Amino acid sequence: MRFPKLPNPGLDDRIPSHQELERMEKEEAGDRPKWDNKTQYMLTCVGFCVGLGNVWRFPYLCQSHGGGAFMIPFLILLVLEGIPLLHLEFAIGQRLRSGSVGVWTAINPYLTGVGIASLLVSFLVGMYYNTIIAWVMWYFFNSFQNPLPWSQCPVNANLTDLVSECARSSPVDYFWYRDTLNTSTSIGDSGGLQWWMVLCLLCAWLLLYVCCLRGIETTGKAVYVTSTLPYVVLTIFLIRGLTLKGSLDGIKFLFTPDLNELMNPSTWLDAGAQVFYSFSLAFGGLISFSSYNSVHNNCEQDAVIISIINGFTSVYAATVIYSIIGFRATERFDDCLEGNILALLNAFSLAEGNITEGNYAESLQNLNGTFPETIQSLDLKTCDLQTFLSQGVEGTGLAFIVFTEAITKMPVSPLWSILFFIMLFCLGLSTMFGSIEGTVVPLQDLNIFPKRWPKEAITGIVCLVSFIIALIFAQSSGNYWLALFDSFAGSIPLLVIAFCEMIAVVYIYGIDRFNKDIEFMIGHKPNLFWQVTWRFVSPLIVLVIFVFYFVTKVSSNVTYIAWNPSSEDFPTLEVLEYPAWIYVIIFILAGVPSLVVPGTAMFKLIRRCCSNKNVYGAEVDTVSAKVQMFTTKT
Amino acid sequence: MLVWILFLLCQVGAPALAQDLCQRDAPNGYKVRISLKTALGEDAYEWNQSEMFFFQATMAFAMRRHFQMETYNVDNIILCVQTSRVSFWFVVTSPDNTTMLIPKADVEKAVRMSRHRINNAFLLSDRTLEFLGIYPTLAAPVNPDTPPWLIVFGVVIGAVCAGIIALLVSSLLQKRRKEKGMTEDGQDEEDMQVKGVENGINLDGTYNRGFTDDDRFTKL
Repeated sequence: MRFPKLPNPGLDDRIPSHQELERMEKEEAGDRPKWDNKTQYMLTCVGFCVGLGNVWRFPYLCQSHGGGAFMIPFLILLVLEGIPLLHLEFAIGQRLRSGSVGVWTAINPYLTGVGIASLLVSFLVGMYYNTIIAWVMWYFFNSFQNPLPWSQCPVNANLTDLVSECARSSPVDYFWYRDTLNTSTSIGDSGGLQWWMVLCLLCAWLLLYVCCLRGIETTGKAVYVTSTLPYVVLTIFLIRGLTLKGSLDGIKFLFTPDLNELMNPSTWLDAGAQVFYSFSLAFGGLISFSSYNSVHNNCEQDAVIISIINGFTSVYAATVIYSIIGFRATERFDDCLEGNILALLNAFSLAEGNITEGNYAESLQNLNGTFPETIQSLDLKTCDLQTFLSQGVEGTGLAFIVFTEAITKMPVSPLWSILFFIMLFCLGLSTMFGSIEGTVVPLQDLNIFPKRWPKEAITGIVCLVSFIIALIFAQSSGNYWLALFDSFAGSIPLLVIAFCEMIAVVYIYGIDRFNKDIEFMIGHKPNLFWQVTWRFVSPLIVLVIFVFYFVTKVSSNVTYIAWNPSSEDFPTLEVLEYPAWIYVIIFILAGVPSLVVPGTAMFKLIRRCCSNKNVYGAEVDTVSAKVQMFTTKT
Repeated sequence: MLVWILFLLCQVGAPALAQDLCQRDAPNGYKVRISLKTALGEDAYEWNQSEMFFFQATMAFAMRRHFQMETYNVDNIILCVQTSRVSFWFVVTSPDNTTMLIPKADVEKAVRMSRHRINNAFLLSDRTLEFLGIYPTLAAPVNPDTPPWLIVFGVVIGAVCAGIIALLVSSLLQKRRKEKGMTEDGQDEEDMQVKGVENGINLDGTYNRGFTDDDRFTKL
């Protein structure tokens, strides 16, 4: 029984047949770039998938959604959603041997919009992602000094006291919000370009350009370093972390399961979203990378291996991060307790060593019993290790505030700082390779630039335009713009594209044809698991996540958090509402890529229907070449 | 006799008078707090009368160093209100008139001037030998001429630009070599003596260009 599919005339003319693929394989048509070896391909895909999210999003989700219990929804959705989608993108790219625009146009010209949407999303996400890399580079540059600049507050102008903003918050907060970002108090207050940020941004884009200059020829070499170095650094940090006091508390806190969280639907939705974004699906980069493979490459095996590596990296990174966070929390707890003990000793003029960590609780009780007013006036802080551990931060806060603070407490801090930021840099850069691939190749397929322009020039133009637009992130309000891009450009459009991809392959290309293709490529038909997930399970999961996301975003009041030294709750970040004109920007970021999908289809339909000329195409097989002949009949 | 009685009274009264001068919250006195265990841990020495005498001597030295003309002595530093925390109060009397106290501000100046020496005498630091009310001056920040980050940035950017130029130049050279190679190949092919086997017949002649498959150059 054939699975129902939508009518799709002319498909055979648009795609190479199996015989043609064999012929291309044997003749090694030199036009299309090829991977030097399988390792390069695997490292590039692993690098694209494994990114900053594995390091600073997954650990936070894990800890806030019931620790070890979060593994259950994560692994289930990895298998049901991540692996099928990955296999689909690999297989379709390898079969149709083209980037995202080429693939979807070949399946059906009305689907070009899916490719264009991928292009737009890759472009927008690439812009803000590289800005994060610029921030990482700024911290990296500043790590070559001892003591680290974020380990102490600067002194004010007349050397009488520490700078007030820093004294009230903390040196790491101050370095991040003031020295690095020089952040303004709201998104509307642009504050002008920060020259040091512009320099770092320039450095980041130039570095990206040198790696992507010749496409996979250069990135294929770069990934040997950028994809493997993070694992080396993570291992070094794990060994270092485990020797620090309190690290095991952190790991225990991370993995302690709370099975009640499994009842909470947002746990499952967060897990699904994390799996989806973590795999860098729907960017078009994976389709492109896969298309450079030989036709008979085992894409099924690749998909499974890369998914396993991605899942393992998330868990491994979470362990390392939380061992260091455990250390930091213990240090903070010790400092807090020491401060309290000192206050008590000073107030009651007791000898040192009278009150220790061990007898603190009972000593405090005794003293409170006899001198309650004095105790009251001391204003002792409550020191609770669990509170410090659950100061769960994610995103830039984790990397640039919490982790940097932990590093300052370790001996030989500059070394750890350099290692940490090199790791983040490599993680980010290897993801950017996929982003650039997902931007440049569709541009070439769409013939936006003249064909004779070399790839170097097109990559250069893409980098230049991205750099110029990304200058908005180098302003004082740049951090808020980045958060805006992160929430909207990289979330909803990707879900739309992924859903359309699956519908396109299963229902428009035809799952039966797809199965035969895979049988031709790897030698056996995909088994029942793939059939069920491609046809029903994965599209359903993506649809559910999309609906949930959409409803939450639309119904909630869109707010952002701002750093305002003159606010009441300083140093707690202030919650502000976006000004009205931001909604236009939000629509451009989230709406335009999503609407391009139906929009392009409508555009092509209108162009075909409304044009007076009927174009007839005929093919004539001559001795020298297959000749396309077009005549126009009015 | 009367003189002798007065003398006796003075001997008895002097410490009592000194006691009046030095007391808790004395207007011209400072409280000192010492944290030996925090500073030295296992190597902490015991705080006893000898150490108190050493403190008096150090303070006298500080006063001498500041005022230079006046000869302060150990007796001019009066200590009181000792606790087991190790904290105590002290006042400084003038060497000329032991009933007169040196004002707080002058004592502070003297302490600030010799703070480093005082700390070192006791193997302590600003944090572990506290003069309550005299805040340690913050170290002036070291401002290098070029911020270190700019140096690293310069190195990285230089390497990256060199890489870009090298790759672009090699791309250009490669392309030029390919174009030159193609035109040379074309000419060679046309004049080439073909010694090959075609249809089983050994050919030994020149290629007739008239029958060459030259649709490389023209397309229908």
